[in-house]
Amino acid sequence: MSVLQRAGAVPGTGTVSGSGKPVPKRRGVRSFGSDRRPGFLTYGILLVFLFCSAYPLWWSILIGSNGNPALGMEWPPLLPGGRFWTNVAEVMNTVPFWKALGNSVIISGTITISVVIFSTLAGYAFAKLRFKGRGVLMVAVIATMAIPTQLGIIPLFMVMQKLGWTGELGAVIVPGLVTAFGVFFMRQYLVDVIPDELIESARMDGASMLGTFRHVALPAARPAMAILGLFTFMTAWTDFMWPMLVLAGNPTIQVALSQLQSARYVDYSIVLTGAILATIPLLILFIAAGKQLISGIMQGAVKG
Amino acid sequence: MTATLNRPVRKQPVKPRTTFRRRLSKWDMKASPYLYISPFFILFGITGLFPLVYTFWVSLHEWHLIMGKGDFVGLQNFANVLGDDRFWGSLFNTFSIFLLSAIPQLIVAVFLAAVLDQHLRAKTFWRMSVLLPYVVTPVAVALIFSKMFAENNGLLNNLLGNFGIDPIMWQTGTLPSHIAIATMVNWRWTGYNALILLAAMQSVPRDLYESAAIDGAGAFRRFFSITLPSIRPTMIFVIITATIGGLQIFAEPKLFDPVNAGGIQGQFQTTVLFLWDMGFQRQNFGKASAVAWLLFLIIVLVGLVNFLISKRIATGDSHRTRGSRRKS
Repeated sequence: MSVLQRAGAVPGTGTVSGSGKPVPKRRGVRSFGSDRRPGFLTYGILLVFLFCSAYPLWWSILIGSNGNPALGMEWPPLLPGGRFWTNVAEVMNTVPFWKALGNSVIISGTITISVVIFSTLAGYAFAKLRFKGRGVLMVAVIATMAIPTQLGIIPLFMVMQKLGWTGELGAVIVPGLVTAFGVFFMRQYLVDVIPDELIESARMDGASMLGTFRHVALPAARPAMAILGLFTFMTAWTDFMWPMLVLAGNPTIQVALSQLQSARYVDYSIVLTGAILATIPLLILFIAAGKQLISGIMQGAVKG
Repeated sequence: MTATLNRPVRKQPVKPRTTFRRRLSKWDMKASPYLYISPFFILFGITGLFPLVYTFWVSLHEWHLIMGKGDFVGLQNFANVLGDDRFWGSLFNTFSIFLLSAIPQLIVAVFLAAVLDQHLRAKTFWRMSVLLPYVVTPVAVALIFSKMFAENNGLLNNLLGNFGIDPIMWQTGTLPSHIAIATMVNWRWTGYNALILLAAMQSVPRDLYESAAIDGAGAFRRFFSITLPSIRPTMIFVIITATIGGLQIFAEPKLFDPVNAGGIQGQFQTTVLFLWDMGFQRQNFGKASAVAWLLFLIIVLVGLVNFLISKRIATGDSHRTRGSRRKS
């Protein structure tokens, strides 16, 4: 556990947690081997990994822009061809691409906002407020993290049918409004970050509970809220099974994408163009928020 | 000084002045925590807990997707599932794909993390480059890789053909199809896990390495005697997450063969895919619910085994340190 706690002081994550012991700075140790600049071998290995990470995407662009004949070649082409925009148009004709994209944005956006708000509220209560049953309820939250949501799809589907929600975005939004992981994540973060004295002094100054939450907890929680929001958005955006079941006629981008290949005549180059198109929004998000995502993942190891 | 300041405060409860304001504040303090946590519990109860319990109720009946509830049959659905070869086949496929993905993934991720845990130039760039596959959604990954692994005109078989190797039956063979699906999982998750492990590695105190280096321990020796034992808790975390994810794999095998659920002979039908097929293709909700509960029990069981093993490993820790001390 001490190792996990100490990891809170990883440079860049900005929090010093638990033990409170200062961690020796990396740069301070100059004398020993692994702090020297690594050699060509290291960068060679990393380049190989970069190639493996990027090539499948590049290959999809190649096939998408060169058309199906490129698949028959013994060696794949090296450069994109001129068919990309034709294939893009074909994707738009086959599935309601923009509608699906809009649906995904609405669903993921709503779920993200809701999860972040409710998780921060509950996480703050578990971290800093004293109330009866706190321990038991927190154990309940942690236990529910182990229940895979996929196991409840049959009754959930029946409920949505009864409510007449099949095809409505609410059928995907409502089951995603809270996550146990979010509560757990915020609690772990807030326990270390807010000093108890700060809350007490706010209370002494006559702030109500909600006021204390707004003026003390919210500002402190902001970095963790950003990370949780990013992860929640990713999870909601990539969800496939449940939207496929309840939103077949009014698809999310993932479902629309999967419908590309169930068309009667499957044109591989169009399927791959669709895959690339659907990747672009997350790629943009990645470039914009990549640093935060990385620090979030690094912190996830600490808090998990 | 402080004592005199405290005295009036202690006096207060004796003479309670229950103004409206104070009562409101007291109520605020008592009720607020419950108000803050209630959205989670209410919503989770409706959309998480209730379905799980209700699934059990459904599994005790004959239940059809469209016709609805039929006769009460007790545990008959469970007996049917346990007597169904496809269920056992799907379990075998799930575990096979899981092992084929988790083991190489973990080894490569540890290696990659060790490479990244150096004084690199353009650190953020390299970290982002290994994370790139993570932002490609599983559906897109499945589509791209199923085209690369296609039996006719797939990238891999074309390349193999150049070296005079016969095409591999990625979609009809059992092991090749499992390898293909495991590759999709590995491609997306290896970099992500490497970053988690990297975070743990960076928290290992550097002076440990320094003193080991002074004692004459080489890079490999330092890696196996210091790095690996120190990141054990994170390794366990990664293994548990990978296990839970691995047991629920759905999108990849579903899209690998869009027509049949998991191949013509179900050679890569995973248990969740079997559950979907039973409920929504064969429309047998009762039996599908039984599959859901059995899967739930398996996940709990695997979680317990994981827990016990990780405890074992944690206690085995001391041997290693003793060994290394003796050497020095």
